[in-house]
Amino acid sequence: MPEVKKKTKEHESVLVLLQEAQEKFGYIPEDFMANVARSLDISLSEVFGVATFYSFLTCKPLGRNVIRVCKSLPCCLKDAQMIIESVESELRIKPGETTTDGKFSLTLTNCVGACDKAPAMMINDDTYTDLTPGKISQILKKCK
Amino acid sequence: MPQKRVVLKNCGIIDPRQIATYLQQDGFKAWQKVSTEMTPEQVIEEVKTSGLRGRGGAGFPCWLKWDLARKSPGIEKYVICNADEGEMGTFKDKYILGNDPFSLIEGIAIAAYAVGARQSFIYLRAEYHYLLDLLQQAIKQVEAKGFLKHVKIDIRLGAGAYVCGEESALMDSIEGKRGEARYRPPFPTTEGLWQKPTTINNVETLMNIPQIILNGASWFNQIGTERSKGTKVFSVSGDVAKPGVYELVLGTPLRELVVDLAAGEKIKAVQVGGSAGRIVPYDKIDTPLSFETVLGSGAVIVLNESRDIVNAVYKSLEFLAEESCGKCAPCREGTKAIVGIMEKFSKGEGSERDIKLLEQLSSALPLSSLCGLGQAAPFPVMDSLQYFKDSYQSRIKEKKVGVVK
Ligand SMILES: Cc1cc2nc3c(=O)[nH]c(=O)nc-3n(C[C@H](O)[C@H](O)[C@H](O)COP(=O)(O)O)c2cc1C
Ligand code: FES
Repeated sequence: MPEVKKKTKEHESVLVLLQEAQEKFGYIPEDFMANVARSLDISLSEVFGVATFYSFLTCKPLGRNVIRVCKSLPCCLKDAQMIIESVESELRIKPGETTTDGKFSLTLTNCVGACDKAPAMMINDDTYTDLTPGKISQILKKCK
Repeated sequence: MPQKRVVLKNCGIIDPRQIATYLQQDGFKAWQKVSTEMTPEQVIEEVKTSGLRGRGGAGFPCWLKWDLARKSPGIEKYVICNADEGEMGTFKDKYILGNDPFSLIEGIAIAAYAVGARQSFIYLRAEYHYLLDLLQQAIKQVEAKGFLKHVKIDIRLGAGAYVCGEESALMDSIEGKRGEARYRPPFPTTEGLWQKPTTINNVETLMNIPQIILNGASWFNQIGTERSKGTKVFSVSGDVAKPGVYELVLGTPLRELVVDLAAGEKIKAVQVGGSAGRIVPYDKIDTPLSFETVLGSGAVIVLNESRDIVNAVYKSLEFLAEESCGKCAPCREGTKAIVGIMEKFSKGEGSERDIKLLEQLSSALPLSSLCGLGQAAPFPVMDSLQYFKDSYQSRIKEKKVGVVK
């Protein structure tokens, strides 16, 4: 497990450290959190509290491609439910689950700021818009 | 003449990756004027005369925040640009950031000068990660031109939490903590980020600053209504043929936006301001868009006659209940309780007593919640009960089951 860098103003931010871990490992391992707590001299529960507050941080490993389908009102008005169902049936997983090959995780999310091109979803950092069930299988096929 | 480009003046005109194209459009002329001819006090005075109010939702006078932070003791001060834009139905800041990052940086440069801050942060929501490189490159180009000698601008990425758009939660998030709302006072202008005097402004608010400096406060002051000066950028979504971003003079009737421009038809209601916004029924479609009436973040969600208002309210409250930071019980439990009742209506199990409960919760939350999330959460509930009570009552009588998903 990488050592946590020495205290500088930037690195006093628990969140920044956890975001780095998330980026690197795809999740935040428990011993990483313990390292953060030790090196910043705060309690583990405080670190855990930060890790579990934000929806883009997770404490368990996710698939290589994290799919976040928007389910807020503007997307709902454009049949987001159909998109959710089509991702579910393509991947045979439900929200909160990861495919057995570790390729995909599916979660539902709130507005991703693409409501004018609803329905929308994100895969990792990329936003996909004007979705139709037909587009879903093409998009998923292109994922590595 | 409802449409007017002040904030979006350069969007689609300049190349957001080339500062030269911005300089050709009078870019950084406002900063040059400020840095060579004006004292910080004069800048604040100019913003005061302009009447500019915050575009992030609350409409707080921009100059007053700046003045309070400037006058707070201490040399370590911060200016924050709120680019969290988590409000459901809002995407105008994304459009601005992607098309004209330079005006924003110029606005921040002027704000930092006025407040006396040497460090600024742009808090960018995680969902807009793809804009990070563009913004960083833009900051680098501005630095290279020598316009940022007085202030360092850093970007902090959010991590997926709507409540972090709330100013005090945002500051906790930059400090690396859970993004929970703070008790106030102290206010950010005296004890904000790391307990230092801080001003926080929405992206769109800061975009107005160079234009006000360049064209003069009296020019800006002529645009809009008595208490709502300038323009507003709206994000229109839902049942319209032409959804998207529109900039209108404040005071323009809602009809011009959703019918004339966005081409909505057979409208039943419009939700203005996002999840905790106001619901405007079609017979009030000529309501002017202003701080005096309805505005919020400028999220405009159009619902046509085929929609069930109870469903729309359910989705709005579900959003707020999920995104509540959980620090104060009224918001954490109150939003959950409202969702529970809305769920009953969706299953055809609602009763007259539930309507009473909704009314009680709606009057309790604004009084007891710690931040704007819980305080404003009941608005769509209250408005739907006022204008669409029959939607609830028909569900009681007919035991109507709605597909609330
Ligand atoms: C729950 C909640 C979420 C908010 N989200 C945002 C946001 O995403 N962007 C924003 O600029 N302001 C947001 N605000 C308003 C900010 O608290 C703050 O008023 C604003 O950033 C101040 O800038 P302004 O004066 O320029 O509008 C939110 C407020 C609340 C209560
Ligand atoms: S509601 Fe789905 S992107 Fe905004």
